[in-house]
Amino acid sequence: MTENFEPTIIGFTCNWCSYRAADLAGTARMKYAPNVRLIRLMCSGRLDPTFVLRALSSGADGVMITGCHPGECHYIEQNYKALRRYLLLKRVLKGLGIEPERVKLIWASAAEGAKFASETTAFVEEIRKLGPLNWGKARDQLPVISEPIQREEVAA
Amino acid sequence: MTAKPKFAMYWAASCGGCEIAVLNIHEKILDVDANFDVVFWPVAMDAKYKDVEAMEDGSILLTLFNGGIRNDENEHIAKLLRKKSKILVAFGSCANEGCIPGLANLSDSREIVHTAFNTISTDNPNQIYPRTAFDVPEGEIHIPNILPVLKTLDQVVDVDYYMPGCPPESHQIAAVIDLVVQVLQGKAELPPKGTVIGAGNSTVCDECKRTRNVKVIKSFERIYNMQIDPALCLLEQGIPCNGPATRSGCNARCPAAGAQCIGCYGPAEGVLDYGARLISAFASVLDAKEPEEIDHILDGLVDPTGQFYRFNLAGSLLKAGVPAWKAESTHEKEKV
Repeated sequence: MTENFEPTIIGFTCNWCSYRAADLAGTARMKYAPNVRLIRLMCSGRLDPTFVLRALSSGADGVMITGCHPGECHYIEQNYKALRRYLLLKRVLKGLGIEPERVKLIWASAAEGAKFASETTAFVEEIRKLGPLNWGKARDQLPVISEPIQREEVAA
Repeated sequence: MTAKPKFAMYWAASCGGCEIAVLNIHEKILDVDANFDVVFWPVAMDAKYKDVEAMEDGSILLTLFNGGIRNDENEHIAKLLRKKSKILVAFGSCANEGCIPGLANLSDSREIVHTAFNTISTDNPNQIYPRTAFDVPEGEIHIPNILPVLKTLDQVVDVDYYMPGCPPESHQIAAVIDLVVQVLQGKAELPPKGTVIGAGNSTVCDECKRTRNVKVIKSFERIYNMQIDPALCLLEQGIPCNGPATRSGCNARCPAAGAQCIGCYGPAEGVLDYGARLISAFASVLDAKEPEEIDHILDGLVDPTGQFYRFNLAGSLLKAGVPAWKAESTHEKEKV
């Protein structure tokens, strides 16, 4: 594949488990691949497959979806919804000729910083092996969201 | 002839169904004739491209453009009509979102040509393929070049209004013509640019008369395999109905007739990617929690990519599959 290829990966985390796992990995100074750009959602069930397609069509080489372990969702069972969407999305990607392995679902509880770090590193290596996705000309033609999204800090 | 406003209609990569839908407005077509001077409409009258080229820019008031942009001729005419028209309407699913011709975006365009000219159903023993340029005693003649991916109209030119449907329902066409006539008479105003006209703002489900309860799907069914409850939501019966993501405007005709919505009116208001919305909708209501169980139910969904992108592939976020994009990059290289 391309030499010195550094995959661009978008990772979706849930507020209650996997984001905290990432946080724990950070505060514990665990080392893991720096290729992932994390986006925090309230729940993996919030993950609209549109987000994944948008990421892939805008230049991401892989997308990581993370959430609480089955049975441990803060919103009771929304992570099962995420699981079902993920399995169906992979089938659709395959039909489009995209390797389904470019999208991965990882469960990580708030205590599993080490798991989050090692799974992330492993995923980056998998994508590195697959090579760049290079979503053709689509990237140039997409409407670019150039306006920065205004974020308001919400007191915890 | 008095100076009636000018009207044009063009077909690019399409089936001709949109033209039939326009004629299906019956006596309303006389209103078109009474209020407009039809200057260009290849399916209905004789006109040459050079006649259009000779027109003044912006001299055509209304152009209904149907069909996707499949070859460089389509692209040329789209750009030409954009220049000559005040109002350009992407008319019908092909111009809006690629429609059935857009499904070709799953394949390499050279493979498409190969399939058309050299497969078992074609008698072509000498392997004769069309050439885009050919010398004859009178000079060089040309046929259009196929583009690597089919594009929607607004991926090529600026579009004023969108009118979805495969084809747009005749009552919706009639309503739009009524509106334009009223605008001409000064009795109404045009909607803001970019508006989707001749359709609803909601989903097909919203117009569907079938009873809806809490959806829990244990298996996907195919319509010829089962006895359908005539009053119950089709999706609840396990039939993959695209209603939840599809724009309203057709009066939910297919579900009313006992067939699932296949999505010809395109994405509903606010839907960025039609297929993604359906993945969400279908996956949410499956009654399973274990991956094996879920996969078993999903096996019942034959060809999910086709199911979710039957009309919308060219207009989706990804726009085409890997083979088509690969072909595009090699085409580019060949050009250089």
